[in-house]
Amino acid sequence: MRIALGLGISFAILLGAASTVSAQTISRPAIPPKVTSFSSDGPFGHYDRGSLQRGFQVYKEVCSACHSLNRVAFHNLDEDGGPGFTEPQAKAIAASYKIPAPPNDKGDTLDANGNRLTQAGTLADHFPPPFANDNAARASNNGALPPDMSILVKARAGGAAYIYSICSGFHQPVPAGFKVLANKYYNPYFEGRNISMPPPITDNQVTYSDGTKATVDQECHDIATFLSWTAEPKMEERKHLGFEVMAFMLLLTGMLFLTYRKIWHDAH
Amino acid sequence: MSGQSTYVPKTSFGRWFDSRLPLMRFAHDTMLTFPTPRNLNFWYAFGAVLTVMLGIQIVTGIVLAMHYIPSGDGAFDSVENIMRDVNYGWLLRYMHSNGASMFFVAVYVHMFRGLYYGSYKAPREVLWILGVLIYLLMMATAFLGYTLPWGQMSFWGATVITNFFTAFDQIHKGLGTGIASWLWGGFGVSDATLNRFYSLHYLLPFIIAGVVGLHVWALHVPGNNNPLGIDVKGPQDTLPFHPYYTMKDAFYVALFLILYVGLVFYAPNLLGNPDNYIPANPIVTPTDIVPEWYLLPFYAMLRSIPQKLVGVIVLFGAILILAFIPWLDTSKVRSCRFRPMMKVFFWLFVVDCLVLGYCGAQSVDAAWNLGGISIGLVWVARIGTLYYFGFFFPLMPLLGLIETPKPLPASIATAVLAPAE
Amino acid sequence: MANETSAEPTRRDFLYIATGAVGAVGVALTAWPFIDQMNPTGSVLAAATIEADISTVQPGQQVIFTWRSHPLFVRRRTPKEIAEARAVPLSELPDPVARNANLPDDAPATDENREFKPEWLVVVGVCTHLGCTPTVLEGDYGGWLCHCHGSQYDTAGRIRKGPAPQNLAVPTYAFLTPTRLKIG
Repeated sequence: MRIALGLGISFAILLGAASTVSAQTISRPAIPPKVTSFSSDGPFGHYDRGSLQRGFQVYKEVCSACHSLNRVAFHNLDEDGGPGFTEPQAKAIAASYKIPAPPNDKGDTLDANGNRLTQAGTLADHFPPPFANDNAARASNNGALPPDMSILVKARAGGAAYIYSICSGFHQPVPAGFKVLANKYYNPYFEGRNISMPPPITDNQVTYSDGTKATVDQECHDIATFLSWTAEPKMEERKHLGFEVMAFMLLLTGMLFLTYRKIWHDAH
Repeated sequence: MSGQSTYVPKTSFGRWFDSRLPLMRFAHDTMLTFPTPRNLNFWYAFGAVLTVMLGIQIVTGIVLAMHYIPSGDGAFDSVENIMRDVNYGWLLRYMHSNGASMFFVAVYVHMFRGLYYGSYKAPREVLWILGVLIYLLMMATAFLGYTLPWGQMSFWGATVITNFFTAFDQIHKGLGTGIASWLWGGFGVSDATLNRFYSLHYLLPFIIAGVVGLHVWALHVPGNNNPLGIDVKGPQDTLPFHPYYTMKDAFYVALFLILYVGLVFYAPNLLGNPDNYIPANPIVTPTDIVPEWYLLPFYAMLRSIPQKLVGVIVLFGAILILAFIPWLDTSKVRSCRFRPMMKVFFWLFVVDCLVLGYCGAQSVDAAWNLGGISIGLVWVARIGTLYYFGFFFPLMPLLGLIETPKPLPASIATAVLAPAE
Repeated sequence: MANETSAEPTRRDFLYIATGAVGAVGVALTAWPFIDQMNPTGSVLAAATIEADISTVQPGQQVIFTWRSHPLFVRRRTPKEIAEARAVPLSELPDPVARNANLPDDAPATDENREFKPEWLVVVGVCTHLGCTPTVLEGDYGGWLCHCHGSQYDTAGRIRKGPAPQNLAVPTYAFLTPTRLKIG
């Protein structure tokens, strides 16, 4: 036991020393994401419905011009643990999107002017992408590919705080000697610090219907919340079930302990 | 298996069946009345933990396979579909991915326990070697499974590990590349690779289960080792497996499952890599390729060797050397409790494995800054690798010759039933 | 080592049974996710309702849509076919119930009870015998013939002859516009 403790301590010291490890990378490394908190943090965390709905509005009015949300379906919008839209609201949102239509009776997918035939979205449809394919997306964005946003929060170290930091991390003083490349923008939270995305958000870029003041900070926090949900739509279900399972396991383990002790009592 | 069977069927059907297929007798003798040393401690519960984890992995795996699509176009999407659409799919997948990690936690405890108490020594050599085989199969299965989500780490992990085999080009031109392209079914990791990896990932756990059967069989011939490392001398040294060890194991399994449940429900991505939530892209490699944590010590060894073929040989050697421990250890005494020198080197070995694991997780060019002196982690890993092999040879055979063990107790019963020191 | 069972219930027996019961409940509850994962997913259920454009269907023609993984027959009947269907006395029908999801379960199988508009017959194209898809305009009754086992349906999709026990099912549907259907 004492040895195990000593071992733990020496390993902890080792890890402490590790914090001084400096990796020499060629481009300028990113600074850690801003420290911020989300309502979804912690074992009892849940998504803030208002923030999810505002974040959805930011996605719809701003981000969706370049970023797809391929893995999210409209029926997700009224599901438990989500933004809390009602089914009619979700239907209305779906219907406001134009979804690429299947080939018509003549086998065409394009109309006489060469435009993609579309139809109104239904609950079963997914959010349509802003570009037909990756090449089209690159062509419209100076060669950079805006990533799909569905699981972006889980695909980046730092998660929601990272998204929030990138979104609100523009317009910072460029350090002396740092070169901002052509068609790039300075963002210290981005690896290499040269980001292809122009500053996406300004104050009052969207008008929140719930009266929340739409500062850059607020908008970025809301979109980060919304993207946390798109990345992990079952988080609330997971944490809720987790509590029940944990409570049960503690009960069972306690009873097993008593049984075990009772039985072993006879052995000595 | 060992000893006389005391099973007496209670019903006439039981007697009829028993004379034709003694299944109940087998279960009775191996799981109920099996005489087990009375002094097995916490560390001996991990055999039961591992059995439970294997069961969980197989059951969740079969269920996930009902929704998974093994193709380059479909794999990533189908996994995301499991996560968001399939009823409880998120739970099943998190159980499976974290189950693999917990499986390795348990197997490492189990292995270090065997090492500490000398459970590999005669007459348990075959038992130990079967264990090493299970460990190898587990690593293969885990590697194959990690490829299946077809994220960036899946793809590039598979690429790096299959490229080990190209090192054999240095033995005979074209040999390594030939093996690698045979594994891939192409010029690199591709759809064909994913499909065969899926097939093998489904197959191997059942082979593991089979070898586990042999492992348990080999355990039941000589019976359990114990923390004192001395042989059972008579009935006063043992207790029937049921209810004593069934209940003790059940309690520790439940304790272990609490840890597992905590991981699944509250930190399901803690041990994962964010890059694996990016779909595989054969033309962009992530900046830091890191294997799953349980492979990190070996990864550190590989990276610390600048010569490709030697690196690969060291990597495989590090696992294979485990199979030779029964003959490398020359000591007459099994348990480290009575081996003052071995005990120290054993704990150093544990620390060494942790340090190697730590080195494996850092970027290639990372360094420690100790008071102005910069020590490249690659050198730390080299020293770690040296000690890893040095522990087994020459330390292990040498210690057995020069060490003076402490006096052994007369029997398990006298040691356990008398007040402990 | 007095672990022989005695007739008296002891605290140990109680603990045994209680722990065993809790454990069994745990195993039973754990089984549910493994069972439920095989049920239709949210996206499958969301796609359970479809809309169908029937503006191009000519009289005497049938179009087939896919609805809930099954063929859905939408047939624009001619006046002759309607008249034939309406002339059949109920007593001649092997299945006297309408099998119309839009009507009560016991509605009689009159032709009127099989559709909203006489011209448009909407039925699920699954033979009620063993699930094959019947072929249109075949058989003795001008409706459908199932080639699997020879069941014959009339122009109202009602079973007339052969092993099938029930009329072709009429799904829940509605006319959104005169040329657009919502099914499911």
